[in-house]
Amino acid sequence: MRGRMPWPLVVPAVAGLVFLVLPLLGLLVRAPWAEMGERLAEPLVLEALRLSLLTATLATAICLLFGVPLAWLLARGNPPGRRLIRALVTVPLVLPPVVGGVALLLVLGRNGLAGRWLYEVFGISFPFTTAGVVLAEAFVAMPFLVISVEGALRAADLRYEEAAATLGASRWRVFTRVTLPLVAPGVSAGAVLCWARALGEFGATITFAGNFPGRTQTMPLAVYLALETDPEAAIVLSLVLLAVSVLVLASLRDRWAGTP
Amino acid sequence: MISGRLVVERPRFRLDLELEVAAGEVVALLGPNGAGKTTVLRALAGLLPLSAGHIRLDGEPLHTTPAERRPVGMVFQDYLLFPHLSALDNVAFGPRCHGVPKRRARELAGEWLERVGLAGHERARPHELSGGQAQRVALARALAVRPRLLLLDEPLAALDAHTRLEVRAALHRHLGDFDGAAVLVTHDPLDAMVLADRLVVVEDGAVVQEGAPSAVARRPRTDYVARLVGLNLYRGVADGHAVRLDGVTLNAAESQTGPVFVAFPPTAVALYRTRPDGTPRNLWEAVIGGVERHGDHVRVLLTGPVEASADVTAAAVAELGLRPGARVWAALKATETHAYPA
Repeated sequence: MRGRMPWPLVVPAVAGLVFLVLPLLGLLVRAPWAEMGERLAEPLVLEALRLSLLTATLATAICLLFGVPLAWLLARGNPPGRRLIRALVTVPLVLPPVVGGVALLLVLGRNGLAGRWLYEVFGISFPFTTAGVVLAEAFVAMPFLVISVEGALRAADLRYEEAAATLGASRWRVFTRVTLPLVAPGVSAGAVLCWARALGEFGATITFAGNFPGRTQTMPLAVYLALETDPEAAIVLSLVLLAVSVLVLASLRDRWAGTP
Repeated sequence: MISGRLVVERPRFRLDLELEVAAGEVVALLGPNGAGKTTVLRALAGLLPLSAGHIRLDGEPLHTTPAERRPVGMVFQDYLLFPHLSALDNVAFGPRCHGVPKRRARELAGEWLERVGLAGHERARPHELSGGQAQRVALARALAVRPRLLLLDEPLAALDAHTRLEVRAALHRHLGDFDGAAVLVTHDPLDAMVLADRLVVVEDGAVVQEGAPSAVARRPRTDYVARLVGLNLYRGVADGHAVRLDGVTLNAAESQTGPVFVAFPPTAVALYRTRPDGTPRNLWEAVIGGVERHGDHVRVLLTGPVEASADVTAAAVAELGLRPGARVWAALKATETHAYPA
C-alpha cells in the first residue's frame, strides 16, 4: 500500500539510512584529494592492492573449484547427514573470523595436525605466506558461494536435465552442458559475493597469515596498520576498497541487489 | 518393435498396463488427466524406474538401460529447449552426446531444421521462437538422435487453435516418415484420431480400450471415451435386436445375445411434445434436465428412464418449448443404435 507512511517507521528508517551513509561520506570528506595521485602511487598502497586482488581472486577460484561440487552435492545428491553437512558448511559464515584463523593455525600451522605432516613430507608451510592468505580468505568466503549456488541449483528446472538425458547425455555432460549454464547467474553472483568477502577479510588472515608487507599484508591489514602511523594513508586505502566494493555492487545490481 | 508390461507404483496410484508398438506404428495414449499417460512415457524413456514388469525393444531388455543409453527420442509437453543454446545447438546436442564431431553434428542439425521447415532460424534462441517453431525444434532435436522409439508428450497442447492445425499436419507428415515406433500422449481425441494408427485408452493406470481410431470412435467402451467421441453409451443385455437397459428396452441395428454396449449419437434422437404416431419403436417419455448451446445446434440433456443427450436445432427448442423440467417424448432411430458385445 502506497500513500502516507506512519512516522514511527519513517523516522527510524531515515536514521538508519544516515547511519549507513554518514561514515562513507566521512571518508570522502576527510580524504586528502589534493595528493591523491601520489598517495595512490605509493608502493605500500600498490603492493597491498596487488596482493589483495591476487589473493581474493585465487581464493574465489578455490571456492569455485570445491564449492560448486559441494553445492551440487547438497542440492542434488542425497548424502547421509545432509542437514548436518549444510550446517557445517555455513559455520564459517557465523564464526568470528579470528576464531577461523586460530582454527586454521591449529590444523595447518607448522605444528598443526595436518601442517606438521605437510611440512615434514613436502616442506609445505602455510602460515605467514601468501598461500596462507588465500587459504584464510577461502575458508571465510566459501559459504557465500556454496549457499548461492545451492539456491540456484534448487531453483533450476530439473526437467531440462531429463531432456538432456533422453538425448544421450551422461551425468557429467548434463552437469557441464546443461546444469552449469542454467545456474550460471547464481554461480557468478556467488563468485562475486565470495570475492568481495575475500577482499575484505581481516581477522582470519592476520591470525593465520600474519602481517608482512608484500607477502601477507592485504588492503584491510594495511588500512588497520596505517591508521596508527599515517591516518591519511588509511583513508586513501579505505577509499580504494570502497571503490572496489561499489564496482562489485554495480556489477551485481541487475542480478539481485534491488530491483532496477 | 517395442513391447512391455509397465508397472509403476506410487502412493494412491498404480500404473499397470501392457503396451506393444510395432516399428513404423504410431500409438496414441488417450486418457483423462491423472490417468498415468505421462508416467508411461517417462517409464519408457527411463526417467522413471519400473516397480515391476519389463520393456523390450526388438526382444532386448530396455528397462535395465539408463535413460541416456536408450535409443529413445522424447518431445516434452513444453518442449524444454535448452534456453542457453541456439536452435541449431539444441538439435546438435543429441548427436554430440553420441560422439558425432562438432562440425558434423551441426551439419546434421542444420539438415533436421531444414526438414522441419526452420531453415534460417538456426541462430535463434528458444525464447525468440514462436510456440509452433519451438515445437518443431523439439521434434527435430528428438529425431536427430535417430531414435528407434519416439515419445511425444502432449505435443500440441501448448499451441493455440490456429497454430495447432498447422503443426498437427506437419507432425502427421514427420510421423509418417519416421520408421521407428512412436508413442504419443494426448487428451485431445482429434489429435489422437489424426495422428495415430492405434489408440490405447488409459484410465486410472490401466488400459480400458484399444484399437484403430475409427473402431474406438464407433464403439466406445467407457463413459470417458463415449464423451470424447460424443456418443450416448449404455450397458444392457441383448436378445436379438432388443436390448434391455435399466428401465427401457431399445431396438438396435445389430442382433446380439448377452451383455452388450449400446451406443447412439445425440443426432439420432428426435423429440416430440406429444406421443408420435409414426414407426419409431425406440420411444420413451423423458424429462428435460438441461439445455445448452453446442456448436450450431442445441444439446438437450434428458433424464430418466435413460439419461441421454439429444441434439436439436434452435428452432425446435422454441417450437417444442424445451426447458428444464418439461416432459417430452424421445424417439430414437434403430438404424443408428448400435449394439456390440461388452
